[in-house]
Amino acid sequence: MSVLFKNVKQLVFDIDNYIDTVEQGTLVFKEGIVNYLKGEKSSFAEKIDTITQLETRADKLQRKIDNQFYHHSILPQNVSDIEIMLDKIDELIDISKDILYQFDDELPFIPKELVNDYLRLADASCEAALTCFPATRTFFREPLKVRDMLVKVYFYEKETDKLARNIKRKLFHEMPDLRLSEKIHLRYFTLHIETISDKAENLADMLSILALKMSI
Amino acid sequence: MIILFYLSSGLFLGWSLGANDAANVFGTAVGSRMIRFKTAAIVASIFVILGAVIQGAGASHTLGKLGSISTLAAAFTVALSAALTVFWMTRLKLPVSTSQAIVGAIIGWNFYTNNPTDLNILTKIVSTWVSGPILGGIFSVLLFILIRKVNQKTKIHLLYRHSYIKFGLLIVGAFGAYSLGANNIANVMGVFTTAITLPTIDLGFVSIDSTQQLFLVGGIAIAVGIITYSKHVMETVGNTLMPLTPDAAIVVVLSQALVLFIFSSQTLSNSLQSIGLPAIPLVPVSSSQVVIGSIIGIGLYKGGKEIKYNILGSISLGWIATPIVAGIMAFIMLFFVNNVFKQNVGTNNLIETKIKVVKGAATTINISDSTYTGINQTEPIVNDSIINKEKRITQRDTQSASKTKLIIIWIELLIIIILAFILIYYLWFRNKKTNKLKLEYNLFKEKTLLKVGSLKKRIVEKELRQENLGKELKFRQNEMVTMAMSIIQKNEFLENLKREIIKIKSRVSDHETRLGLNKLSLMITQDLSIDRDRERFQLIVNEQSNNFNQRLTDRFPKLTDNEKRLIALLRLNLSSKEIASILNISPKSVEMNRYRLRKKLQVEPKTTLNDFIRKF
Repeated sequence: MSVLFKNVKQLVFDIDNYIDTVEQGTLVFKEGIVNYLKGEKSSFAEKIDTITQLETRADKLQRKIDNQFYHHSILPQNVSDIEIMLDKIDELIDISKDILYQFDDELPFIPKELVNDYLRLADASCEAALTCFPATRTFFREPLKVRDMLVKVYFYEKETDKLARNIKRKLFHEMPDLRLSEKIHLRYFTLHIETISDKAENLADMLSILALKMSI
Repeated sequence: MIILFYLSSGLFLGWSLGANDAANVFGTAVGSRMIRFKTAAIVASIFVILGAVIQGAGASHTLGKLGSISTLAAAFTVALSAALTVFWMTRLKLPVSTSQAIVGAIIGWNFYTNNPTDLNILTKIVSTWVSGPILGGIFSVLLFILIRKVNQKTKIHLLYRHSYIKFGLLIVGAFGAYSLGANNIANVMGVFTTAITLPTIDLGFVSIDSTQQLFLVGGIAIAVGIITYSKHVMETVGNTLMPLTPDAAIVVVLSQALVLFIFSSQTLSNSLQSIGLPAIPLVPVSSSQVVIGSIIGIGLYKGGKEIKYNILGSISLGWIATPIVAGIMAFIMLFFVNNVFKQNVGTNNLIETKIKVVKGAATTINISDSTYTGINQTEPIVNDSIINKEKRITQRDTQSASKTKLIIIWIELLIIIILAFILIYYLWFRNKKTNKLKLEYNLFKEKTLLKVGSLKKRIVEKELRQENLGKELKFRQNEMVTMAMSIIQKNEFLENLKREIIKIKSRVSDHETRLGLNKLSLMITQDLSIDRDRERFQLIVNEQSNNFNQRLTDRFPKLTDNEKRLIALLRLNLSSKEIASILNISPKSVEMNRYRLRKKLQVEPKTTLNDFIRKF
């Protein structure tokens, strides 16, 4: 019997591994932001290396999963939906890596008054993504429970929006000493960090639709 | 060889059954690419043959009771008429079933040979046509609920679940193929079982009797149908009635297999009888109709929104139309085979039996006669006359009874023929109407598509022309801008030159030199005010903006030539400084002119002058 389901077993393992990799990537991203904000340069560089490796691994796994789905004709009716979902998961690690590189390349100046705000923003945004991963795992086992699990994602996404708005307001209303170029620069970085939660929300939307589709 | 020829009609029937009905078993699995066609075809072929050989006798026996076709020619004709009915009705896209066609053809044979149709058996068969789909629906609902509960209770990974379903579809498909072979082989070979007797083959561990050998051949014909033609049907039938998920597909196939199995299992029927329950009628049922019943069952359970209910009407029409058409076709073909080809298509069993009874009675009397001969020699003459009289009376009775029966049969047949013609005409008319509507729709669709195509083409052409014109315009504009720039540069150079001359003039004291420098300065001033390049440029600008100027004049007739010139330069997106250089006026004057122009053109405060001119 195990011989019969060998391919499926491998695929299940790879999907779990893939989700784990992206989840690790999100955690590394969160730590990377903390490192940057606290000025821990060597740790930050380390995080960039780690996230690059994780992203490469995730890409490889995604390609392998794609091949397995089509090669062994597994779930032929839902494969395209699942592929889109995996793409959306991949976007999370891709964007996380890009943002860390942007921090590294552009070295945005973050005033001390805003460090805590940025920490909270990164935390909320990453939390939205991190709540998505258990829901993704549950989708494969108990699709009906997914919708309940996604409530947290929407909550954190809204929180991120609020925090980002606060930062932008502070930048343009309460910090006259900052140059306009610096304000605009920081505004973009707020937007970048916010993107993680937006992407998590997209993934959550996709998951809830897919779960509904599967349970019919 | 002659047997093979006579069997050909049955084999053709088997082939078409394999080609069409295998899709009921593996259609969804192959259509949704869960199982490869090759695997499905091999499994279906093997299990159809096994089902036919092992369990095919039950349903065939019931068909035998409906009409025991005794000659090979009759069996051939009956099978051929059923096959042609299926073929013809399929061509006309009318609902048809092999089981119903063969029953109709047997009844046709009964009519032709004056054999009585056992109404009990017929009722039993017809009731299964109705109960089969209903039972299929009940099974599918129960199985669907069960599978849902299992899915909800067990937290199986989606991919493992898919694999189990895939594996399950194969197993259930094999069971379905087995049941199809067991139940439907009667349609293919049932009519030949009494007409052909083959010697039993003893393989040592198992012996295959005549019927089983026939069923084996029929099973092979079905398998050939599956391998050669069912792929197309499987891939196209797909979700005709309702879109099916893999879970639903496995339920449908399993309930169909169960129904077919129930209506062909002698063992199950015997076991029910042994516990005091009524026996199951072992009858060939239409697998397609059971599948439809099963799908409708699931659809109803889900709320019934996705079901195409008109298909139910088609099934009911199939129940009536198919046997009637097959019966009439069998009757006509038997007439030809009997009278044109002089083949024996069977006799009236009732008359034969009565004659046998009479003969038997006569023999008994004769035996008693011989016992009497020794006692009284005068008795034989009296006895003979009595016996002859009795014989004549019995014969007369039998003849008059058969005559009355024949008249009734002919009347019944006439009514059925009329009804059948009305039905066929109705079906044909309906089909024609549907086809006409389809044709009209297709024609309309084609026309619309053509129109859309030509419109699209025109749009593309227009876009291309616009693009080319845009490119040309841009090129001309660039040309003009370049020209304007060269004028600007030249004028700037001349201005600088003039300034330098004035500077030199102030330093020089020599009168003649000063006069010369004055002359030079004047020449430059003249050149700046009467510039041929500028005039040429103005000419080109006017030429290019001919239409634009016309439109401008039409809408704003009070515009002066200078203002028009300014508009033309603004259209080239030149700055005030550049325009000033071209027009040889100061930038401030340009600004002032712009302001005036804005007022004259009544440009809204929100719109810039350049935008207004560009969009004009």
